Amino acid sequence: MLKQCEGSHAVALAVAMSRPEVICAYPISPQTHIVEGLGEMVKSGSLEHCEFINVESEFAAMSVAIGASAAGARAYTATASQGLLFMAEAVYNASGLGLPIVMTVANRSIGAPINIWNDHTDSMSMRDAGWLQIFAETNQEALDLHIQAFKIAEELSLPVMVCMDGFILTHAYERVDVPDQAQVDRFLPPYEPRQVLDPNEPVTIGAMVGPEAFTEVRYLAHAKQMQALDLIPQIADEFKQTFGRDSGGLIKTYRLEDAETIVIALGSVLGTIKDTVDDMRKQGIKIGVLGITSYRPFPINAIREATANAKRIVVIEKCFAVGIGGIVSRDVRSAVRNRPQPVLTVVAGLGGRAITKASLNKLLLEAIDEKLELLTFLDLDWDIVNRVLDREKKQRRSGPVAEGILRDIGTVASHLA
Amino acid sequence: MEQTLIKFYQTGTFTVGNRLLAPEQRSVQANTQRSNSLNSGHRACQGCGEALGARYAIDAAMQATNGQLIAANATGCLEVFSTPYPETSWQMPWIHSLFGNTAAVATGIAAAMRVKGRSEVRVVAQGGDGGTTDIGFGCLSGMFERNDDVLYICYDNEAYMNTGVQRSSATPPAARTATTMPVGPHPGNEFGQGKNVPQIAMAHEIPYVATATVADLRDLEYKVKKAMSIHGARYIHIFVPCPLGWGAASHDTIRLARLAVESGVFPVFEAERGEVTGVAKIRRRVPIEDYLKPQKRFAHLFGKTPDFETIARLQARADRNIRRFGLLDS
Repeated sequence: MLKQCEGSHAVALAVAMSRPEVICAYPISPQTHIVEGLGEMVKSGSLEHCEFINVESEFAAMSVAIGASAAGARAYTATASQGLLFMAEAVYNASGLGLPIVMTVANRSIGAPINIWNDHTDSMSMRDAGWLQIFAETNQEALDLHIQAFKIAEELSLPVMVCMDGFILTHAYERVDVPDQAQVDRFLPPYEPRQVLDPNEPVTIGAMVGPEAFTEVRYLAHAKQMQALDLIPQIADEFKQTFGRDSGGLIKTYRLEDAETIVIALGSVLGTIKDTVDDMRKQGIKIGVLGITSYRPFPINAIREATANAKRIVVIEKCFAVGIGGIVSRDVRSAVRNRPQPVLTVVAGLGGRAITKASLNKLLLEAIDEKLELLTFLDLDWDIVNRVLDREKKQRRSGPVAEGILRDIGTVASHLA
Repeated sequence: MEQTLIKFYQTGTFTVGNRLLAPEQRSVQANTQRSNSLNSGHRACQGCGEALGARYAIDAAMQATNGQLIAANATGCLEVFSTPYPETSWQMPWIHSLFGNTAAVATGIAAAMRVKGRSEVRVVAQGGDGGTTDIGFGCLSGMFERNDDVLYICYDNEAYMNTGVQRSSATPPAARTATTMPVGPHPGNEFGQGKNVPQIAMAHEIPYVATATVADLRDLEYKVKKAMSIHGARYIHIFVPCPLGWGAASHDTIRLARLAVESGVFPVFEAERGEVTGVAKIRRRVPIEDYLKPQKRFAHLFGKTPDFETIARLQARADRNIRRFGLLDS
């Protein structure tokens, strides 16, 4: 059924149709509308056989999900940004225990300075936490990926993080195709846990493991993620058979056929990149796009094959590793190892800064002219940066950086000085 | 409390002559059919108060629920000594997740049981004082205020014993720990700090709060069984001496627990919906020195020049407990 709705609402519908049994909710922008929607469905009785628990923190949200999942219930929560960091210990614990929890991360930056807008810093901070991470490009895909996520998670007995761009997707009203319950039921069977807390068959879960077996336990987590490289495309195929559309998989390619320049990115920015590429194609430039849907496991082989004939790769990432540079691009470099093609890192869209076609066009032309450096910050305002650096050189007590910048550029609170 | 219903034939002792009692009055531990949920072979220290308390508490809860019980356990001594991979002492479904989230994990288990219609399966969460009064306090308070159907048991040995005896918010004033050393002008832990979690639990107005010690195990069993007869959030705070952390003899665990009660250091009471409904009266009041002296963590108060002022302040705290809870028959 076609429906015009907010991205968060689409996700709430997808989660509800996946028949979750325990949902734990703690508010943090920009994911709040998702759990608000689910809370209303449970309260009104339209989502039956589901416990909706208002917890006191994100740490508790993930912990309640851990308990529920270990006791055999299909568990779901959603978070973003600081919330994901606050639950970090439990995030690792959920994957370590092999509990198939599904969590939405409405991608948002991490402070300080506090900023509620979109980038991928939050999810990326958990990239090594043992969760599968899949990124949605559109609201339709966000809806679809949630239904797939429960199936992938329960098949592997591993948790899955569905990442969608905060505000850009969560708060955007778009047309989505909402499946009916019977279709979802056909696709997603009831949860059959591999391990469960049950007095009729008592087990110990979460014992202390020393050096004699710890490496093996960790390796098995990796082995499962490697299995996911086969499973994720397989489930995307099954999804297509049931619902009739392409969604999910490891990567998405766009106009790669003869592309000399390949742009790699994750999430909603792929739309803007595709539009830019279309314009450039019209000018005869051989350029294409590769979207990474599955960031964990990282599809090394799929990326290696898809980029085999490219002369250069430009990775546009909404995150960066302070002190070294790219995060996604480092993984891409390991995929194209031993090849001469440069992998250029472009950090863009931090804290909600718009990534425009004009900026992308200019940037990609520079890349094609081989003028782009290995690490570039898209639309970085050097005047602002240099002013701060100058001030710090001149004054010992140069003051708080972010507030100094705001004063320099004359926004908020500038009159206080 | 219930014990008064039992006539003790062996006068002058606290032991209960089970063989003289009707079967239904006998202790859970006296029953050969007890669950032995925390089975022998674990690696607790000799004289461990926590192992003793957990054994009695969980067996009593198992009996009260017909074995339909799931436990969530915080990181700490109890977790470490009972589950060194690939061994486990737990003859029941048991999960350890993290140090600070046990109450929330238990909430999740209870929610799963409710949604699956398995109302007969009950949930117990347990942790030490660090996992309860400090790092797990947020999750504990959340579980209380939502009135989730969980019995939380805190085994309080008054410091972080598993990591090597560091101060917690349950460490008493003047006590030596690895982070409150008996040096400087105010040796040991500070006065005027710490938190009283049983009273904080009462402030949540949850259905049931109780304190108990390993000196009165029948009382402990009774309180656990009573807690399991109630639904909603329940809290039992059990005083469990730690020979290693307190610098006490292994054979003094129960004696110290009794002296803590008889001196007024640890008030034993129960409360329903925020109101105290019963207290264990002190039978033979003892001065605080009797409780402090057998413990090396208080050794700096004694010796050649006893610190009378500090001892008096500790006595005053005990006296306040006695007044506040009416622990002496007037």
